[in-house]
Amino acid sequence: MTFVLFAEQMLNGLQLGVMLFLMASGLTLVFGVMGLINLAHGSLYMVGAFAAAGVAAATGSFLLALVAALAAAAAAGAIVEILVIRRLYARNHLDQVLATFALILIFSEGTRWIFGSFPLYLNVPAYLAGPVTLPGGIQYPLYRLTLIGIGLTIAGGLYLMIARTRLGIQIRAGEADREMIAALGIDISKLYTIVFALGAALAGLAGALVGTIQSVQVGMGEPVLILAFVVIVIGGIGSIKGALVGALLVGLTDTLGGVLLPRAFATFMDNSAASSTGSALASMLIYLLMAAVLFLRPKGLFGGAT
Amino acid sequence: MTEPVIETRGLCKRFGALEASRDVTLDLRAGEIHAVIGPNGAGKSTLISQICGVVKPDSGQVLLSGRDVTGWDVAARARTGIARTFQISALAMEDTVLQNALLGVFGASGWRLGLFRPALGYADLRDRALAALRRTGLAEHAAMRTGDLSHGQRRQLEIAIALTLAPKAFVMDEPMAGLGLEGSREITALLDGLRAEAPVLLVEHDMDAVFALADRISVLVYGAIIATGTVSEIRADPEVRAAYLGDAA
Amino acid sequence: MITERYFNAALLGGLALVAFWAYGADEPFTITLVTKVAILALAGVGLNIALGQGGLISLGHAVFFGIGGYAMGILASHAQSYQPLTLGPLVIEGTNSMPLIWLAAMVAAGLAALLIGLVSLRTSGVYFIMITLAFGQMFYYFSISWPAYGGEDGLSIYVRNSFPGVNTLDPIQFFFLCFMLLLLALLFHAMLVRAPFGLALNAARQSPERAQAVGLNPFRLRLAAFVISGVITGLAGALFADLNRFVSPTMFSWQLSGEIMVFIILGGTARLCGPVAGAAMFIALEHWLGGLSEYWHIYLGLLLLAVVLFAPGGLIGIITRRGAAHD
Repeated sequence: MTFVLFAEQMLNGLQLGVMLFLMASGLTLVFGVMGLINLAHGSLYMVGAFAAAGVAAATGSFLLALVAALAAAAAAGAIVEILVIRRLYARNHLDQVLATFALILIFSEGTRWIFGSFPLYLNVPAYLAGPVTLPGGIQYPLYRLTLIGIGLTIAGGLYLMIARTRLGIQIRAGEADREMIAALGIDISKLYTIVFALGAALAGLAGALVGTIQSVQVGMGEPVLILAFVVIVIGGIGSIKGALVGALLVGLTDTLGGVLLPRAFATFMDNSAASSTGSALASMLIYLLMAAVLFLRPKGLFGGAT
Repeated sequence: MTEPVIETRGLCKRFGALEASRDVTLDLRAGEIHAVIGPNGAGKSTLISQICGVVKPDSGQVLLSGRDVTGWDVAARARTGIARTFQISALAMEDTVLQNALLGVFGASGWRLGLFRPALGYADLRDRALAALRRTGLAEHAAMRTGDLSHGQRRQLEIAIALTLAPKAFVMDEPMAGLGLEGSREITALLDGLRAEAPVLLVEHDMDAVFALADRISVLVYGAIIATGTVSEIRADPEVRAAYLGDAA
Repeated sequence: MITERYFNAALLGGLALVAFWAYGADEPFTITLVTKVAILALAGVGLNIALGQGGLISLGHAVFFGIGGYAMGILASHAQSYQPLTLGPLVIEGTNSMPLIWLAAMVAAGLAALLIGLVSLRTSGVYFIMITLAFGQMFYYFSISWPAYGGEDGLSIYVRNSFPGVNTLDPIQFFFLCFMLLLLALLFHAMLVRAPFGLALNAARQSPERAQAVGLNPFRLRLAAFVISGVITGLAGALFADLNRFVSPTMFSWQLSGEIMVFIILGGTARLCGPVAGAAMFIALEHWLGGLSEYWHIYLGLLLLAVVLFAPGGLIGIITRRGAAHD
């Protein structure tokens, strides 16, 4: 395998990783601050993608589409939080799982009802299309490179927000001690709505950005949601740093495993058997990684007490 | 002298900057009630946790009838003869009182948890559970849902479950916690009769009960034992008076 | 107000009556529907043991359902092609015999539950939920990318497998076979709850520290419950595959895991016949609402939301006017 190919796959893994981070960071924030497990986070990802596809089709502007994705997902998040989610904070995890599962059904079928069952497509804007040449002679699509840039920028922004801003202080206080934020005179229900909407916006953005590479369709969110769960389990729940490290690990493992394993098997098997065995095993790799991490650290790499 | 039933040797435990146990060495001998007293935050709960296996000490040993059980988990220690009660009642609140007592009988009898025969169908084991309920005055409440018991009755059930284990030693974490005068008196009478069966390591804040019951008292302050002795020795100890009893008694 | 016992009898009797009625009225499709209810209820009984008694919120029970399905598909496809299955030195003949297929399905599902349980029961709470969900997805992707047994397209079995003395091709006979297994599983669950194992498992859910303090090991209790649970759901998977004469990766899907859990909740958590009531309700809704609107899942979602928020005892809770069997 050449260096160029390897570097390209590394970048693909990185790109998958930062997109997973956008999903995982929202989930982990919501769990850390409100103690809620939200299965409907994938629906917000889908909402973002559909909003972007709709606005892009109407206006032709990719930037407007991204703004629409952020706004629609944040609005959907805020509405769902006010109508349903806030009744679940005091409930047990089983109720949270079921109610958010119900939300998935409602979101998915509602979207199918509005947009139909056929996938929509979002186009990469002309100014981001085509490859760029990186040092070392690597040709890499500019759009994917942009995704990596956006993801890392947001990771940095989140870090600064939590470390430096008023909202960040409130979030940290909420993670440490729910009674304390009430004592500090913070409007908890407003804070919870904001945190939930923030997580939703990040998921919606990820949906729009990834929807441009893949297709935009009902049910697109849940596979990503489950990958984000794997990320959180590996990184440790409630930890943004854990979400970033976990997301990059999962992204790289999945991408490199899919390329390298079939090649590795080809050294001692015939080609077609190697490619089927290799890719079947590669599909299991991140879950095995998760199992291994759990075996060594049941609370994840950066997980404290939960 | 026979060997102590429970013995700790040089237990040390740290939580961050807090030294919860500093070189704690004590023993519990056959036939006695050994009370551990001390102000809040002195490390009494941590000591119990280490004896029962909930918390592993940083250094030091726990021995049960001379056997080093420091590496054992909670369940193994319970099966070998440590019966504990909890400061905050830990009971199966949806189950009946009798089911809670049965739990102890089944647990103590090792791994014979059948899948088919009803738990109530094991007549000998049920009788043991009922006997424990009778001794703690709960026999007529056997069929009641545990969640419907009064606070005092829950405290009694905690002791009943400990009895069903037929243990080598009782470890009791504030059995009178939250009880009124009458309730404390009942538990005191109950514990008084217990020492003949198995010795009791008693952590308790109710000083009347401690002075009435204890054969020996150890005083724990800031994680360390500052004195061990009979009731009168402890009452007279100037260091204890200064550190603890002086302002309490 | 009626007691749960009478409700259960009416529910199970009603299921059998509907099948009989459909047989008399020559409505094989309705028999298929009630057979589906019985099989999905059986899968739910499996999960109910882990969830209701053990408090284990497994969002990955489709794994066991799918393994049961593929056990049937793989054995029957080898019987169909007269090619034995070779696993290294091990040569396994295919078979059309339901008892053998069931045994294989239960053993395979039990082994999977043991392995998944060993990893995931080291954690608790939301970790457990996310991990079981993730393992489900692992099996899903594996079944898609493994081409030997149809991959994404699944695997068709042309003739339903056989059971001694029963004509399994006759819908009503196949229904009663499934119904009997459901009754057996319910009986087993009822006995287990009263037995010392159930007592200990329930106590470990309510107060793990108490269970440990009397010498019980909550981890082992939960692992045993998880394996039992997986075995029963695996059996249901084998029957489901036989009902459809088809297996595909969708049997491993997270939606299915969610639906199995929904049966239990619609019926009433930790209640013996909760999964039966829930599965019956689910299939009835799918049938009636599905006929009214293509988007019936919206209504299912709203109903589920209403049950979770306002009627935590589920259907049985509403009918018997009692709250949740336990909180």
